[in-house]
Order: sequence, then structure tokens, then C-alpha cells
Amino acid sequence: MRRGSLLDISGLRVIFHTYRGTIKALNGVELWLNEEERLGVVGETGCGKSVTALSVMRLIEQPGEITEGSIWLNDKDLLKLSEEEMDRIRGKHISMIFQEPIAALNPVFKVGFQVAEAIAHSQGITIKDAYPQVREALEMVGLDWQRTIDLYAHELSGGMAQRVMIAMALAVKPKLLIADEPTSALDVTIQAQILELLDKLVTVSQSAVVLITHDLGIASEFCDRVAVMYAGNVVEIATSEEIFSQPLHPYTKGLIDSIPVVGRSKELAGIPGVVPDLVDPPSGCRFHPRCKEVFDKCHTELPSLSQVKPNHYVACHLYQ
Amino acid sequence: MVGTFIVLGFILLAIFAPLLSPYDPIKTNLPERLRPPSKEHLFGTDQFGRDILSRVIYGARIEVWIIFLVTVISGAIGIGVGITAGYFGGLVDEILMRITDIFLAFPRLILAMALSAMLGRGLTNAILAISLVEWTVIARLARAEAMKIKSQPYIEAIRAVGASNFRILFLHVLPMCLSPVLVQLTLRMGTIILTAAGLGFLGLGAQPPTPEWGAIVSDGRSYLVQQWWISTFPGLFIAVVVLGFNLLGDGIRDILDPRLRR
Amino acid sequence: MEVLVDVKNLKKYFEIRKSLFARPVYVKAVDDVSFQIQRGSIFAVVGESGSGKSTLGRTILKLIEPTSGKLVYDGKDITNLSGKEMLQYRRQMQIVQQDPYNSLHPRKLVKDIVGEGLKIHLKMKPDEVYTHIKEILELVGLREEHMFRYPHEFSGGQRQRIAIARALVLKPKFVVLDEPTSALDVSVQARALALLRDLREKFSLTYLFITHNLAVVDYMATHVAVMYLGKVMEIGTKDDIFLRASHPYTLALLDCVPTVGTGRKIRSVPRGEIPNPTKPPSGCVFHTRCPKAQKICQEQEPAFVEVSPGHYCRCHFCA
Repeated sequence: MRRGSLLDISGLRVIFHTYRGTIKALNGVELWLNEEERLGVVGETGCGKSVTALSVMRLIEQPGEITEGSIWLNDKDLLKLSEEEMDRIRGKHISMIFQEPIAALNPVFKVGFQVAEAIAHSQGITIKDAYPQVREALEMVGLDWQRTIDLYAHELSGGMAQRVMIAMALAVKPKLLIADEPTSALDVTIQAQILELLDKLVTVSQSAVVLITHDLGIASEFCDRVAVMYAGNVVEIATSEEIFSQPLHPYTKGLIDSIPVVGRSKELAGIPGVVPDLVDPPSGCRFHPRCKEVFDKCHTELPSLSQVKPNHYVACHLYQ
Repeated sequence: MVGTFIVLGFILLAIFAPLLSPYDPIKTNLPERLRPPSKEHLFGTDQFGRDILSRVIYGARIEVWIIFLVTVISGAIGIGVGITAGYFGGLVDEILMRITDIFLAFPRLILAMALSAMLGRGLTNAILAISLVEWTVIARLARAEAMKIKSQPYIEAIRAVGASNFRILFLHVLPMCLSPVLVQLTLRMGTIILTAAGLGFLGLGAQPPTPEWGAIVSDGRSYLVQQWWISTFPGLFIAVVVLGFNLLGDGIRDILDPRLRR
Repeated sequence: MEVLVDVKNLKKYFEIRKSLFARPVYVKAVDDVSFQIQRGSIFAVVGESGSGKSTLGRTILKLIEPTSGKLVYDGKDITNLSGKEMLQYRRQMQIVQQDPYNSLHPRKLVKDIVGEGLKIHLKMKPDEVYTHIKEILELVGLREEHMFRYPHEFSGGQRQRIAIARALVLKPKFVVLDEPTSALDVSVQARALALLRDLREKFSLTYLFITHNLAVVDYMATHVAVMYLGKVMEIGTKDDIFLRASHPYTLALLDCVPTVGTGRKIRSVPRGEIPNPTKPPSGCVFHTRCPKAQKICQEQEPAFVEVSPGHYCRCHFCA
């Protein structure tokens, strides 16, 4: 049964082989998304949000390995496709933008070439034939196309580079855009510009968005629904309004109470302890060593993500 | 692996020389002169009747001594100059680097020969000469490391606490430079032997009757055709030990590199 | 209240020379900045990239030598003091840096990192040093046995605590905190900020808190200065800035912060890029992006206007 009309990730497990041991990065991730919907994925370091995104793009390589699970895009399980079939989906039906935009661009090719390349790949034409569309793509993201088309990555500012990335990602009008911390490396005023641009363009291209971020404010403003991840599991998914006004999972509550907000003078609680080492993660619910409301079952059994209210799912024994 | 064995064998040879060597390497024994390799003299004898095997074994001691001294002297000078130039930058850096460049402008062996000739014959002077050639490589490396380190936040933090430049340089910068410098010094050991042997061969290094390998090879020059064993065995040892150091150096570099990449 | 740090017309220009014979270009990192920090306050300096806030913090500590201007600490002019003369002040003025992964010497034990200050300034006996270090570590929430470990054995949050311990072991009066929690996870950041507030009470410290995060400023600061391209745009108490902001840049910053629970906001986001610091705009440096810019803003740099007692705004059109 598909929970999301566009994307449905079920039971996703990913591990990484290192000299220290095996990192159990994703521990059965459940995530879903409807057409044209915006899902925020929030969590702290090591929660697995980036790994999940890369898994959807099938960009996990050795020493990483997807060991279990299914990722349904409409009616296809992406994990069962061949490399050629997946290649036709990447850059055409699913696009991705990254955190460090200047580093994500190829340093030896001009901006115009890279945008043309992205367009060419998605439409199955030659790069030369794609050039006329580059102007439109660059103007779409608010860049002076005549100046930008001949620049190299290192000649761009962070904001400009991110606009180029967005041009490359959205010119192809993908069904799904994955944005992995697209504004974390940018200044506050530039961040606002980029988010505003994304908001506008994503609506125009009718793309669904998975926005990965550690900033709850961005998730709240930009996304329709929000998923909270901790140490390789999704612990709560709900509409963005509900997840912030009525959080259910102890981690979500702790997280919201730890974030300073302009105008709120409450003491910040913080969450005791540290994010676990995923080579030797805690048994049962991975959050249990830090949870104020822990009880016996939490030590032994991993709670499954189940519905508690309409469109509000939690993975916690308190609610099962 | 192979490199480690060779180097270890070489060092053990040097340490246990008196036990391993069948004869006195220096005492002449004219009745036995120019004997080919046999049961009594595994490597044969030279023109003074001295057992080549014993001379080669004791030669290992000399080589170890040379390597040790050159490494310590060139290491000390190199690190000193390098971290000072790298940490202070500006004029100090310019001056020190230009001095380094002067030394680097000459081909190594030629410079060693020139310095050795200038200082006079003898093993001590040869060691000094080689050290004066080798320090520049270390200085360059130490300088690069120091420049990297000086911009690290922990150096800024200790300046804020009030540490003097001297303290920072020797207690904070120096320990961080040691690893790459030590690796480099190990890698250079093969070259040091070759240079020393070269000087010895030319008569600029160890003086007779000191059984330095290059000198022994030189001894056998006039007897090369008939009494090949005088030059060949020490020459072989030089080749094998230098190879050993090179392999060891490669091994060390391999161990450090992938971890850095990871 | 008493003034602890008095900054007068401070300038720090960095020279960039493209080649040996090219004319030098200057980055005016800190350009004629003046303010006072009251004893016991938490003085926040907020700004984006290129604002000069980090350079300002380091110049006040004289880790970077000022190009011109005057620095008065606790009534004494320290602007031109040499390294040796600064030593007595170094005990009182400390820094906690942003990057917990590079601010501790990787080859030294925690006890040596924290205790170095004691060795340099006080001639203490080893067991006295030990007790001091143990005490300060416990104060920041670590344990005695942590003294004998290396930095890489600790998490980011713990390393930041070690850095704080190092700064406080000499019982300073003034601490510059340069984005001390920006590299930490949110849940850890909260505890670190709480610790910093706590320690300030215990030791009667004065903080210069440098950050780009306005929410953290709201939580921590008593006074705020907003910087842009090396200049102070607005300065005042925390309430002056958050409740009665006058400068268009401050207003833009406050508006641009994404907040939980407000849904999609309509904003007037400042247009354009932050200018290249080697080519700052003429007149008011913010005019290229300011929604209220007029002709005068391009021609003439505005002077400080006192909007209310202690609250200053550098704009031709302060609200």
C-alpha cells in the first residue's frame, strides 16, 4: 500500500563499512511524499538525512551499501532498477541540490556549459543544442545571464552558485527536487533570497520537494509536512503546523525546546547526552539512553512508525 | 616488509659486528693477501691480507654511525630553520629561504664533494659535509608544516593565553612538524649512504684503514679485473641496504597516506 | 555602570597585494568602529560574512594589531602595548573560538591544554596546578579523569567545554566568544549557552559575543551592535534592537530569520549580493541593497543618530 503518491520509502537500511566497524546508518527508514508536496527532513548530525537523500538518488557507493528496503517513485522501485534506467531518472525526474554550492559545481567548466549539460542530459539532446535554453534557465533564477554564462565556479559567490545549481535542477522540471541543506552555508539575507526563489520556482515547475535542514524555522516556513530523524530512523512525521505546535516524540519535543527563537524568553532545555555512535548503536529505540520518558520496552524493541492522529505518525512506545 | 628486514639486518650487523666478524678488519696479514673467496675468507682478502667479510661487517657500523649523525645534525638544523621561517614569515622567512636556496642551487653530490674537500679529509668532515647538504630538504618541509600549523585556531588560542613566540614554536609547532619530518629523514637515509660511499670512494670521506664501504670499493679499483671480490662485495652491500631503506621509506609513506586520505 | 572596554575609532585594514609591483588593495575589515562594553554585560556583535565581526573581536584582544584607533581596557590604553607588556592583560582577556575540532592542540592532553595558562602566568606547584584544572573542568561539566585524554576522544560539545575551561582557568574578566556554538548540534548548543550564562554569573564575566544567529543574540545578549562591511550600523540594548530596530539592515536581518510557527512569510528581502570587501560601496555601505536607499545614501556616509538614549543608528533615514 503506497502511503505517498509520488515517493514511498519503506524499511530502508544502509550500512557503511569502515576500519572501525560497520556503521548502521539507516535503520529502517519510513518516509513518503505526495505530488507537489513539500516535505522537510530535520535532524542533527548523524541522523541519516543526507544518506536517505543519496539513497533515493542511488548515489550510495562503497564503502556504503543499501542492504534492505524499497524506494517507490510512482510505480517503480528505484532500488530494483538497472543503472541505465536509474540514469534516466536522475537529473530528469529527480534533481538534487547540495549544501556547498561552489564545491558542487565542476571547477574546470564554465557555468553555461554545466547548465547546458544538465538540460541536454534531461532532454536527450546534445550539449550544443541545449545552449539556447541556458539563457532562460539563468534568467529564471535571477542571474545576469550574459555575465554568468562565462564564469567559473570559483568566480561566483555562494548565493550565485546556489542559483546556478537551482537553475540546473529545476530547468528540467523534475517531479522531485531533493535539497540537502541548500542554505546552511549562506548568509541570512542571502538565505532568504534563495528560499524565496525556490518557493516560486518549485511552484512553477510543479515539483515536490524534500528539503533537508537542521533549521526548524526553515522547515516550518517552507514545508507542508515535516519528518524528524534521529540516529537512522524517522521518529515523527506530521504537518509542519502540527509537528511544531503538538510534538509527540520526546526527541522532537526536546529539539524544539532547545532552539532559541527571537522573542521567546524561555530557558533552553537541551537534551542530555550525545548522539550515539552508529557502529554500536543502542538497542531497541536508539533514543532511549537520552529519553526522559524511557521505560522497559524501549531498551529492547525498536518502535515502528505508526499513525497516532490523522496525518501524524510517531515511532515511540508511549503511543503504541 | 622486505625493506624492514633489510634495514633491521643491517642494523643488527652493525651492533653485533665484533661477534659476527671472523677477523680483525684492520690488522694486516700480508701472507694472505689477495686470496679469492674461500672457506676461511668468505669474501676473500684484499691487498693487505685483510678479510673482506670482516671489513664489510665493521663497515656497517660506520655506515650506521654516519646515518645517525647526519640525520640528527641535518634534522636539527633543518627543523630549526624551517619552523622559524614558517612561523615568523615576512623578512625572516625571506632571508632564511634565500639561504636555503643557495644550498639547494648546487647538485647534491657536487656540493658534498666541495664541502668535504673544503673541510678536509676524514670521516667527521664528511659527515658534516653531508649534513650541510641534507638539511635544506628538511627545512623546506618543516617550513611548509609550520605555515599550515600557525594558522590553526589552537595556536591563536594559546597566543591569547599569553604564550611567547618561543614557547609556541618549540612546544606547540615543533611537535606537530615531527611526523612528516621523521618520515622524510627515513626516506633520505638511503641517499645518505650513497653520498657517504661516494665521498669514501673518492677518498674524501673515511680515511684508510677505516672500513667504510665506499672506501673499500675504492681500495679494490686497481684489482677489479683479477680480484673482483674486493670491490664487489661492499658494492653489493651498499646497493642492498640503500634498496632496503628505499623500500622501507615507501612502506612508511604508504602507511601514512591512505590513512590521511581516509 | 562601569565601562570595561572602550573602543574608539578602531580600524583594521588588511593589505592585499596581487603581485610585487601592483598597487596594494585594502580590505577594510574594521572601519572606524567605536563603542563601549559595560562591565558584566554580554555585548553581542551580529553580522553576515564580511561584516568584520571576527576581526573586531581579535583586534580588541590584540591578537591582530589595529591599523589605527584606540583600545582602552579597564581604564588603560592598550593600543600600542608590545607583546611583553600585553602579558599581564592576557590573563584577563580570553577567547573561545568557533571550531571545536581545531581549537585544541591535537597532540596534547586536556590537562596540558587547560593548564598551559597557569604555567605561563603563575609559578604554581604541580599539585596546585592539578587542583585548579580539576576544579575548572568540573565547573564546565567534565570530570577529573578527562584530564588525561586527548581532544580527539571527545565530542564537539565536550571540546567546546574544554576550550571554555582553558579560557576561564586564569579567572579572566573579559571573554571574547567567536561563534562558540555555531558548529554544535542544536541540542548541544542549548547546554553550551546555558553553561556560558551560568559561568558569567559565577565569575562576574563580561562577554563579547560574536555571532550571525539573531535568535542566540536574543537569548544571550544584554547589548547588541549590528555590523555590515566593517561598519557598525546600529547599536543599543537588546530591547532597542529587537523591539525598536531603526536601521533598514537590522530590520532586514530580523525579518529574514526563519521562525517556527509562522507559516510562509511575505518579506522584503534585501536584493543583491554582499559587496566585495575590497570594493565597498560609496556613501552608506548598505545603499546597494537597501530598500529605502535614496540619492544621498550613495553620496554621503551617514553619521550616528541617537534614536533614544544609548541607542544609535547610522542611517540618513532612521525610523
